Amino acid sequence: MSDAISDAMRDTVALDNVAAVRPIRARLVATVAGFGAVTVAVCLLAPLVGSTQISLTRVFDRSIPFANNVDAQIFFIARLPRVLSGALVGAALAAAGVVFQALLRNPLATPFTLGVSAGASLGAMLVIILGVNIAAGSLPAVPLASLAGASIATAIVYWLATPYRRAMSTSVLLLAGVTLNSFFSALIMFVQYIADFSQAYRAARYLMGDLDIGSFDPLVAALPLVTVAFVAFATLPSALNMLSLGPDAAATRGVDVVRAQRLAFFSASLATSAAVSLAGPIGFVGIVVPHLVRLMVGVDHRIVLPASTLFGAAFLVVCDLAARTLLAPIEIPVGVVTAIIGGPFFLWLLVRRS
Amino acid sequence: MTLSATQLSYSYRQGPAKAGRYARKTGPAEAGHYAGDFALRDISVSVAPGSLTGLLGPNGCGKTTLLKLLSGVLKPELGSVRLGEREMRLLSARAVAQQIAVVPQETHPAFDFTVMEMVLMGRHPHLGAFQLEGPSDLAIARESLIATGTAHLAGRAYMTLSGGEKQRVVIASALAQKPKVLLLDEPTASLDLGYQLEIAALLKQLNRERGVTMVLATHDLNLAASVCDTLVLVREGRVLMQGPTNDVLTSATVQQLYGVIADVTFHERAGHMTVIPVRRQ
Repeated sequence: MSDAISDAMRDTVALDNVAAVRPIRARLVATVAGFGAVTVAVCLLAPLVGSTQISLTRVFDRSIPFANNVDAQIFFIARLPRVLSGALVGAALAAAGVVFQALLRNPLATPFTLGVSAGASLGAMLVIILGVNIAAGSLPAVPLASLAGASIATAIVYWLATPYRRAMSTSVLLLAGVTLNSFFSALIMFVQYIADFSQAYRAARYLMGDLDIGSFDPLVAALPLVTVAFVAFATLPSALNMLSLGPDAAATRGVDVVRAQRLAFFSASLATSAAVSLAGPIGFVGIVVPHLVRLMVGVDHRIVLPASTLFGAAFLVVCDLAARTLLAPIEIPVGVVTAIIGGPFFLWLLVRRS
Repeated sequence: MTLSATQLSYSYRQGPAKAGRYARKTGPAEAGHYAGDFALRDISVSVAPGSLTGLLGPNGCGKTTLLKLLSGVLKPELGSVRLGEREMRLLSARAVAQQIAVVPQETHPAFDFTVMEMVLMGRHPHLGAFQLEGPSDLAIARESLIATGTAHLAGRAYMTLSGGEKQRVVIASALAQKPKVLLLDEPTASLDLGYQLEIAALLKQLNRERGVTMVLATHDLNLAASVCDTLVLVREGRVLMQGPTNDVLTSATVQQLYGVIADVTFHERAGHMTVIPVRRQ
């Protein structure tokens, strides 16, 4: 009897600890508000900072015609599209990273693990080297070709990893992706090898990633793709929680596993393709951001996914700010900045896990 | 609610499309040439409401496959599974999960969830598409934690728990699903003697007090003898025998099932049949 009483007391004490577990709704609101505020602040401040000082009052001074208003030109043409594309690409890559990590049940997966970016790079590379100059409307050939390359890579990996009407095999998915990555990388090197100097330089710059898009057009072109991906992402978080326990465990908790896996795979591939087409393969955002976010808010995907989206946007805008100001007037490619931060971080994660 | 399987057959080697082709070529389940391909052949099992059924058989006999078919994770190629009056293949994963919960041998989450988060995942089939769990879900999770004696672990990271604690948390998560039927796949396989007895007592208690129907696949004959009221013996993908534990569990059936000569006697102090393996046949 006294055992029962002490058990009951222990449970009561324990449940006081449980009560300290904040309800998911409150956590979600606090997280989105916090990360949202940081992201908005970063996106507002970043266009004001740069190698040339500009004044916000002059930027919005309607009395000076736009043609003569250098501050407004720098703000609206050079910096704002760049900051916004940084935010869009950062958000897309970070969210895609979260989704791929849950789908593959592997915290070390990135948006580029399955070969999407290598496919995109190969497409872009071919257009650069062959000097193709077709364009659809305002869209130049390079982003179109990288989108095509990414789609082909996505299709190949999907076809390899999906048996008829059954759940995807995540190990086949990983192996197919890794193999495709090296295969495409070899082709990319070959194409670079046969290129002349100026083409090879352009190609190398593409591979480093670049957010200097120079106008709003590429941004407007990428926006619908990213929007579709994020609409799909919005339906995924609780399924991703279940999938990270394994496909069978997810199924027995009521997840339509085949559907959820396909949706996750295609939406994350789409977001990655759009991001890479806009700015080239900017590495490490998709792994650094989700892990930093998990350290801050825990691992529940219903919180991690929106938080990573917001934080990814802020992270890439800040990295790009560093890229264009640290050694001004020389610009460091933004992919180099994220890799310099991301590489050591990734290794630290690896060591910490083992 | 009765969970029943009728003339189930399943093979891992062929996808459904190919199975259809083979079936046409060689006739259903009697597929002589492909007989060896079937993990389960022509299995019929009925699990009565409120019963605690043990699923026994040697490695690779199809126990896990049968559990996956009963839980709807796998779809049978031939035959059908019925949950009460309804055909399982016509139910959505969500509808099935509202009735049936599963405790696998081991659960390895890819991320560092807390115990409370793990248990709350059991509420998933009862939530709408964008619905977050509310106070009533939290209350059910707490109750499940208390029922499995894991309330003091609620704030801990699941991955830092011992094997026995993990298994109890997974059972709590399954209870939070408020299932009518609980399927367990060797839940004590990796646990030491103390935890084995603890889990056995827990299952028995949940079965008696809450009327949860349970199907327990296990290699532990003594565990099965101590908790199960009904046994189903599976050998080479077929049902060898099914019936009340005390009738089914005999030296003869153990020998038939495992090829092991064993003493099966009623143990007064334990209060159930016990199996002492003597030697391989």
